[in-house]
Amino acid sequence: MSAVAHDHGHDHDHSHDHDHEHHHKDTFITKYIFSIDHKMIAKQYLITGIIMGVIGVGMSMLFRMQLAWPEESFKIFNFLLGDKFAPNGVMTNDIYLALVTIHGTIMVFFVLTAGLSGTFSNLLIPLQIGARDMASGFMNMISYWLFFLSSVIMVSSLFVEAGPASAGWTIYPPLSALPQAIGGSGTGMTLWLVSMAIFIASSLMGSLNYVVTVINLRTKGMSMTRLPLTIWAFFVTAIIGIVSFPVLLSAALLLIMDRSFGTSFFLSDIYIAGEVLHYQGGSPVLFEHLFWFLGHPEVYIVLLPALGITSEVIATNSRKPIFGYRAMIMSILAIAFLSTIVWGHHMFLSGMNPFLGSVFTFTTLLIAIPSAVKAFNYITTLWKGNLQLNPAMLFSIGLVSTFITGGLTGIILGDSTLDINVHDTYFVVAHFHLVMGISALYGMFAGIYHWFPKMFGRMLNKNLGYVHFWVTAVCAYGVFFPMHFIGLAGLPRRYYTNTNFPLFDDLQNVNVLITTFALIGGAFQLVFLYNFFSSIFYGKRTVQNPWKSNTLEWTAPIEHIHGNWPGEIPEVHRWPYDYSKPGHDEDFVPQHIPMKEGEEQLHH
Amino acid sequence: MTSLLVIIVLVLLSVALWQLTKIFDLTQVGANADNSQVANDNDNYVQGYLMFGFLTFIYVFTIFGLFKWSHLILGTPASAHGAQVDNLMNITWVLIFTVQAITQVLLHYFAFKYRGKKDQKALYFADNDKLEFVWSVIPAVVLAGLILYGLYAWTNIMFVNEKEEDVMVVELYAQQFKWTARYSGEDDVLGKANVRYIEGVNTLGVDLADPNAQDDKVVSELHLPKGRKILFKMRSQDVLHSAYMPHFRAQMNCVPGMVTQFAFEPIYTTAEMREMDFMQEKVAKINELRAKKSAELVAKGETALDPYTFDYLLLCNKICGASHYNMQMKIVVDTPEDFKKWLAEKPTLIEEVKTANAAPAPAEGAPASKDTAAKPMDTAKTAKVSAPAAAKPAPTKAVAVK
Repeated sequence: MSAVAHDHGHDHDHSHDHDHEHHHKDTFITKYIFSIDHKMIAKQYLITGIIMGVIGVGMSMLFRMQLAWPEESFKIFNFLLGDKFAPNGVMTNDIYLALVTIHGTIMVFFVLTAGLSGTFSNLLIPLQIGARDMASGFMNMISYWLFFLSSVIMVSSLFVEAGPASAGWTIYPPLSALPQAIGGSGTGMTLWLVSMAIFIASSLMGSLNYVVTVINLRTKGMSMTRLPLTIWAFFVTAIIGIVSFPVLLSAALLLIMDRSFGTSFFLSDIYIAGEVLHYQGGSPVLFEHLFWFLGHPEVYIVLLPALGITSEVIATNSRKPIFGYRAMIMSILAIAFLSTIVWGHHMFLSGMNPFLGSVFTFTTLLIAIPSAVKAFNYITTLWKGNLQLNPAMLFSIGLVSTFITGGLTGIILGDSTLDINVHDTYFVVAHFHLVMGISALYGMFAGIYHWFPKMFGRMLNKNLGYVHFWVTAVCAYGVFFPMHFIGLAGLPRRYYTNTNFPLFDDLQNVNVLITTFALIGGAFQLVFLYNFFSSIFYGKRTVQNPWKSNTLEWTAPIEHIHGNWPGEIPEVHRWPYDYSKPGHDEDFVPQHIPMKEGEEQLHH
Repeated sequence: MTSLLVIIVLVLLSVALWQLTKIFDLTQVGANADNSQVANDNDNYVQGYLMFGFLTFIYVFTIFGLFKWSHLILGTPASAHGAQVDNLMNITWVLIFTVQAITQVLLHYFAFKYRGKKDQKALYFADNDKLEFVWSVIPAVVLAGLILYGLYAWTNIMFVNEKEEDVMVVELYAQQFKWTARYSGEDDVLGKANVRYIEGVNTLGVDLADPNAQDDKVVSELHLPKGRKILFKMRSQDVLHSAYMPHFRAQMNCVPGMVTQFAFEPIYTTAEMREMDFMQEKVAKINELRAKKSAELVAKGETALDPYTFDYLLLCNKICGASHYNMQMKIVVDTPEDFKKWLAEKPTLIEEVKTANAAPAPAEGAPASKDTAAKPMDTAKTAKVSAPAAAKPAPTKAVAVK
């Protein structure tokens, strides 16, 4: 809409006069609330994501305290959870499971899917491909507001009398279907399902928009092989989302049917609370299949945008082209394809045919190959670079580090034989937190530090950024490295306390250490929050291209205007990674700079 | 309370750090007017060294962890297939540590070595097919090896030929929040069962009319004979559970509405396991911790903890409700003779039901409705889906299993 509107009526003289901005009369509501401008929607996603992140991380700190000092009394429990769930300040087992469940849900979907992908896809796709806005600004707005609505419903489920959903973020039935089985499976679970259904609708609208925008609205000269890797990552992520999220929606709908309308899709032969239920013929394993058909690609929906951001940040700050651009695209595509055929590795021991286990082991370990290629390419990009160690760069290097550390243990979990004994233990918790939790968070932080000037026209304080990074980096390893050991000791996850097993008594010291690191790491996120919110208002004003980056978003004026560029959209003449190219005076050549006479394309 | 203090200290600490960075900022004002918030040479220098320091941190922390926590992990496996699992695990660990050691060094060392300097220019090095080829093929080959070994072991563990192998069939029955076991008796065939038969002492819903059920025995403590392969048939009464026997490297979910299975052969009796060096050390350490804790408890006027003796355990490892954290059953591995003796002393389910019925009061409100009970479900079909190996060679047995 606006994309078209802006193409007319502007003279073609590239002058940077700002007169033309004022032909849209924006009220407060259309500018800040029901905005259809992708940059504002990106900020809305980010801030909602950060608020959800504070809730999610805060919950993890609470249950980490319970794990380190089981059934001890803390005033803060009583203050936050109330007399019912923390009588005398002692956390109850019901609320422990609820916290674990909602922590997982919020972090995976609301922070790392919507907060990360929603923010940066919205911000960067139009700006980096040279478009005035998303293909449909209106749909984009609806997508955000559905996300907001689902966040509100999810948070409101915390205040339900019987507690929020507490069947684990994977909500396996029958536990999630039967209120008799656990209190949280009553109204709390209903709200969870409603919230997720709305979330999926939001995610689909967003994803469709991203895909259409990338395919149709690239500026002149922006061929697919000249797209920044961020855009490739967002594009492919959106496709995976479109393929897999509807399957979760169908699982959620069938579960709603089972819960409320007496169908038996997932339930059969159940005797609970002294009576036989009427359900007959369903199978919980079917739900597991449907759930993980989304659930596994979800890991990559979370991770690929982080990897895309990292690719961009590492190349810019290394002052070097990203190594193996085409190999990076190929590996994104390979990961995306493989991610849809590995879901069974979450179900080796679910009771499905063990032969299927063999197939899924095979496909799962294959995914290590493109992942290895990515890791090696990042490392090679650093080699002989001129590294500008900005906070965003540190987070990107940190991402590569945790991606490798966490990814390697995937070789154990992806192997059905080895999975037998570590399945559902803390080993799994350590693995996925490093490889998708921490890595994706680092990617998100890298993106925030890097594009904050683009979003808010001001810089984040770098020294606070450094403090934030180093404490987070040490604490992340401090939390999740020891966790591998207690997992290998056979400690199951989702236990409210381990004191009923003297066998695990010697793990308690490790748990205390983990919690200490978690509390410190969590507390230091306040440094980030302070930096973020104060810099929005008081940060140092930015220059147009602070990181001397090649991509198109830095050619747009600092002041946000509807339509992104005054005058014509810049035309693209080269790929985005001409850093330190021989024959140029500067160590970067932005994409809109035409090739010099006789200049050769040095990459393949 | 202490942790509240800890949190307050942390908050104050972060405030202090924030102030420190402020001071750091201020000291730089005079020196250099650069306030662009973009990393300058000085930042690159400091952060480059910190990257190197971080590499040291990763290494030291890893080595520290290996020394300090290695004794925590499960020791010698107590099942026949366990050695194979552990062997594959160790090979994988060697691979993981090699790759981890190399890549983390390269990553952080490069970050340190090539930290930005004003007059330094990066090398324009965009791609190299040979390198990409090398680091695609090496992981592919190594993984192919791991996959083959893994699949070989997996097939050995998961596919059990009930007809040819001499297996003892035992049912593990899961419900919120307890385990029950059922032995198939002399005929090695479990009687059919369905939740719709649950009534009184027949808490497992065994079809008492089934001839195969006549010699079935139900117990709440699992005993296993050493040296005989046990085929576990798992059922669940209400929600998903997972039968996890870490010392035997064994785990399988229990799914309402179907029968799942897992088989292993115990190779050490409980007594033998207790005698092992690593286990004695572990138990001694745990008891030391428990003694300390007991002293504290007694000082507070509470009861002391019992000292710990090792026992094999069956844990629930799939979230199953509020008391999931305490759903366990003791497993005792006996010599075959002791096992026989122990089992012989246990009454059959039929006998138990008879005794219960002979008691004066009728069973307290028979819960299972009679009309649904009349139509036992043909679970042989689900059994086939869940356990193809069981169903394939011995269809008659598979039908009888449940």
